[in-house]
Amino acid sequence: MVEVKQVLKRYGGKTVIDRVSLSVPRRKLTSLIGPNGAGKSTLLSMMSRLIPKDGGEIWIEGKEIARYRTEELAKKISILKQSNHIAARLTVHELVSFGRFPYSRGRLTRQDRDYVREAIRYMELEPLQDRYMDELSGGQRQRAYIAMVLAQDTDYIFLDEPLNNLDMKHAVQMMKVLRKLVDELGKTIVMVMHDINFASCYSDYMVALKDGAVVCEGDVSSIMRNEVLRGIYDLDVRVQTIENRRICVYF
Amino acid sequence: MSNRMKVVVLVVLALGLIVLFLFAHLRGDFDYVLRSRSEKIVAMVLVGWAGAVSTVLFQTMTNNRILTPSIIGLDSVYMLVQTAVVFLFGSTTLTMMGNTLHFLLSAGSMIGFSVLLYSFLFRREGQNLYFILLVGMILGTFFQSLTSFMQYLIDPNEFSIIQDRMFASINNIKTDLLWPAGLLIAAATLYTYRHLHELDVLSLGKDHAINLGVAYETVVKRLLMIVAVLVSVSTALVGPIMFFGLIVANVAYAFFQTYEHRYLLAGAALFGIIALVGGQLVVERVFTFSTTLSVIVNMVGGIYFLYLLLKERKAW
Repeated sequence: MVEVKQVLKRYGGKTVIDRVSLSVPRRKLTSLIGPNGAGKSTLLSMMSRLIPKDGGEIWIEGKEIARYRTEELAKKISILKQSNHIAARLTVHELVSFGRFPYSRGRLTRQDRDYVREAIRYMELEPLQDRYMDELSGGQRQRAYIAMVLAQDTDYIFLDEPLNNLDMKHAVQMMKVLRKLVDELGKTIVMVMHDINFASCYSDYMVALKDGAVVCEGDVSSIMRNEVLRGIYDLDVRVQTIENRRICVYF
Repeated sequence: MSNRMKVVVLVVLALGLIVLFLFAHLRGDFDYVLRSRSEKIVAMVLVGWAGAVSTVLFQTMTNNRILTPSIIGLDSVYMLVQTAVVFLFGSTTLTMMGNTLHFLLSAGSMIGFSVLLYSFLFRREGQNLYFILLVGMILGTFFQSLTSFMQYLIDPNEFSIIQDRMFASINNIKTDLLWPAGLLIAAATLYTYRHLHELDVLSLGKDHAINLGVAYETVVKRLLMIVAVLVSVSTALVGPIMFFGLIVANVAYAFFQTYEHRYLLAGAALFGIIALVGGQLVVERVFTFSTTLSVIVNMVGGIYFLYLLLKERKAW
């Protein structure tokens, strides 16, 4: 269970997250939506202790995030940010092996190797596993990072714009994989999404942020409504139902 | 060739150069010559090791392969101390000063400076590493200006004494300092050795390192201290060598093509030893002492640095 209580973040004098409370439903795919600068990534970074918070509490499985030892937390939550430039020269297999670091501290056991192999197989990276990361396309690289997160084998996975730089085909593939992670492996995923329609088609739960505060949250059918989305984005939108999916037309 | 094999090749090469350095042109009083040569060897091994290891650690922390630890301004602290001694007490005080006292003064002031800088800057949680580097750089420039100011005021003859200290030289090595310097470097190396895998993770960048459960702030704080100790000891031993670490670290990255720090660190350190011993051989046999090692290292290093800058620019 991940619970965010009255969390606050300030940069200089500006409050970017203003006493946000939120509880993440278990074994569900939750999307954080909202306009640029709403504080989605900041909130996600605080929930995964990448940046410190200036107030409030974040509880993860009955313990406040600051009271965790960071290596203990690395077995419970994993985070993948949107920009992932790595200076070191790594192959896919080496990158995915890093996912086992919280367990093995760098000395992989046979069990660790099994996890790595399984993660690579799951993300269909077997033919690419000995290629260097800088030789891959954007979509392949993104899959390799997801494989690393999979090898980390945490119950909670936080993703900051996992569809960034992916074309339609790869974006759909990525979302199907994430869906599978939730449905088959019982993971809890929270992700920042920019494409409202991808969020609508694939998530179970949506949380809308605006100006550092939660405007509304709920299941897809309660968020994907004309008046709700207009309030979030200040844009004249129309939600249509196409093949049982709620699609937002805003062009 | 496997990376393990490459390390073996480097070890053999380094040992070969050391043997060559020890026994080439052996004439006169064997005892005396061998002793003085082996003291030089020990000094070069220590300095090569410290310079290479500190640079690799620093570049891993900053995820930047064209930075050197000299950016935190330790060299300028060293020069400031030398100049201040001459300025306040005259050059005889500096030249007559006991080696141990000089070492304590130089290394102590550099390490003290780093402790102050880090403890002041790390008091705030979540401090950006680059902010610390920036402050170090500004302070370094400030110390440099202060140093040149004092150098303008002093007698030109006194200045020539300082000038000697501005360039690293193996020829006037202070032998009684080899033990304490060696112990400090060994301690720093041992600490590094025990954290090899965390270093591998750090090279993925801050966010990944935290995600994978590395106590980022603590580790970086300690590593910065290790870097400060290594740089201070090696600078106090022979004087500042600017580009040396940069070259050997980058040669090691290119040679090993890996992220694993056990190879990168060992490789860089061995390249460091090879560069110093080889360079000193050139200084002694080719230039017959008409130049110092650091002039050669800085020239080769400077050219290589320009090459790296141009290459990095293309990569963007």
